[in-house]
Amino acid sequence: MRTKDISQKIGFAALFMCMLVTLFFLGAIIYFIAARGIKVISWEFLTQVPKAGMTQGGVAPAIVGTLYITLGAIAVSLPLGLACAIYLCEYSPKGIFVNIIRMSINNLAGVPSVVFGLFGLAVFVKFFKFGVSILSGSLTLGILALPVVISATQEALTAVPLSLREASLALGATKWETIKKIVLPTALPGILTGIILSIGRVAGETAPILFTAATFYTRRYPDSVFSEVMALPYHIYALMTEGAHPKEQTAIAYGCALILLVLVLAISGAAIFIRQRQRIRNA
Amino acid sequence: MHNNIKMKAENVDFFYGPRQALKDINLDICEKRVTAIIGPSGCGKSTFIRLLNRMNELIPNTSLKGRILLDGEDIFGQQVDAVGIRRRVGMVFQKPNPFPKSIFENVSYGLHVNGVKDKKLIEKKVVSSLEKAALWDDIKDRLHESALKLSGGQQQRLCIARCLAVEPEVLLFDEPCASLDPISTGKIEELIMELKKYYTIVIVTHNMQQAARISDHTAFFLLGELIEMGKTQDIFTAPKDKRTEDYITGRFG
Repeated sequence: MRTKDISQKIGFAALFMCMLVTLFFLGAIIYFIAARGIKVISWEFLTQVPKAGMTQGGVAPAIVGTLYITLGAIAVSLPLGLACAIYLCEYSPKGIFVNIIRMSINNLAGVPSVVFGLFGLAVFVKFFKFGVSILSGSLTLGILALPVVISATQEALTAVPLSLREASLALGATKWETIKKIVLPTALPGILTGIILSIGRVAGETAPILFTAATFYTRRYPDSVFSEVMALPYHIYALMTEGAHPKEQTAIAYGCALILLVLVLAISGAAIFIRQRQRIRNA
Repeated sequence: MHNNIKMKAENVDFFYGPRQALKDINLDICEKRVTAIIGPSGCGKSTFIRLLNRMNELIPNTSLKGRILLDGEDIFGQQVDAVGIRRRVGMVFQKPNPFPKSIFENVSYGLHVNGVKDKKLIEKKVVSSLEKAALWDDIKDRLHESALKLSGGQQQRLCIARCLAVEPEVLLFDEPCASLDPISTGKIEELIMELKKYYTIVIVTHNMQQAARISDHTAFFLLGELIEMGKTQDIFTAPKDKRTEDYITGRFG
């Protein structure tokens, strides 16, 4: 065998090993969470409020809380992010100023989430006096998700071929009509994929809701956007660090982790489904 | 042959940044005739045709001197709206570019953006446009299927139908057959011959036989200049300029 062939074999083997290691960790996460979490999962666990100092009952308020906060965050980041991306992509004059804005938005994506948490505490909880509430948490998480939504939308918009825009304009459509009726529908699958993936991220964030929305324990379900709520990620954190029954609490924490994992996987699955369907339609 | 002048270029200079792409172009386009623009790549013929419906405005950093008249009115005049000009001067592009929508929606799009609401009227116009574009018989049973499922030649005829639906006065074709096979090309050429009864047509083409077959007038561009323009027959049989002769006899290009 020539040296060239040997080095190629070694190269492929190394790449394959890296892939295996990644796969191992991925599998291990799913296995350990599922194996430990499945024990506590029951109908009661999914539908009841916590009882007996967190050691019995269920985590329904946390599931509901996570859903509300996540939906709220989408309601904040979706219109803002879409509008911002459309402006940056389609309307803004090309120049240094816009490049600086783009760079800032991209840097925003790298800011640690606990910083967003402190920001939310200072601005929404204290300054606007929304208190520790669904509203404060949704706004904080919405802003956290903004950069992701904006870059995904920008990418999808840029990918719409110039020829389609030209065709529309040549028929006497205005720029706005072209964006509304041709560019956005064509970019939709890309935009949706980005949005849904950002939902996955938002649903699992702990630090931003720590000071803005979450409470360790409540028997009540939220009755307005100003209610504080339980949330799955924070509940896991609290179960593992507070309370008087570490053994039972740990089991419940794994149960919560499993629910969160399934939620996020379901959301990603939805993203893949939408993308595939659109691919078939466009083929 | 009586020729009314539909469009007219007067002393047109055009720049991409500092680079001059068109130099002092003076050219008449006759009503209900086919005017072909020929010339080697980079001679400015596509640039020129894109001025005729103000598509050049989409490219930043360009500038124009001179005037382009449509029925005697400067289309770049201060009071003139580009959207209105583009409705009157339709364009078919080099590569078929149907919208990723159904066949019906592709043709009705122009009507929607031009404010037509009456559903019956839209339906009627879609059908008649598809008929005029010689596509109706191919697709009448699948109006609501995706336009992207059509063949390249069918897609290009759909793009023509889409243009016709808004009832333009002038049709611009920017190398409409560049990506089509000979049979589809033949169909598009037949269609253009038919359409010139109703519309003023300008076609940019690389294919000299095509220009000779379908056009009434031919303009030869070279390096941003209009070298020669005249009746197609004269240009191809007795060109006045040596460079035109060299080009059409295939000595360069």
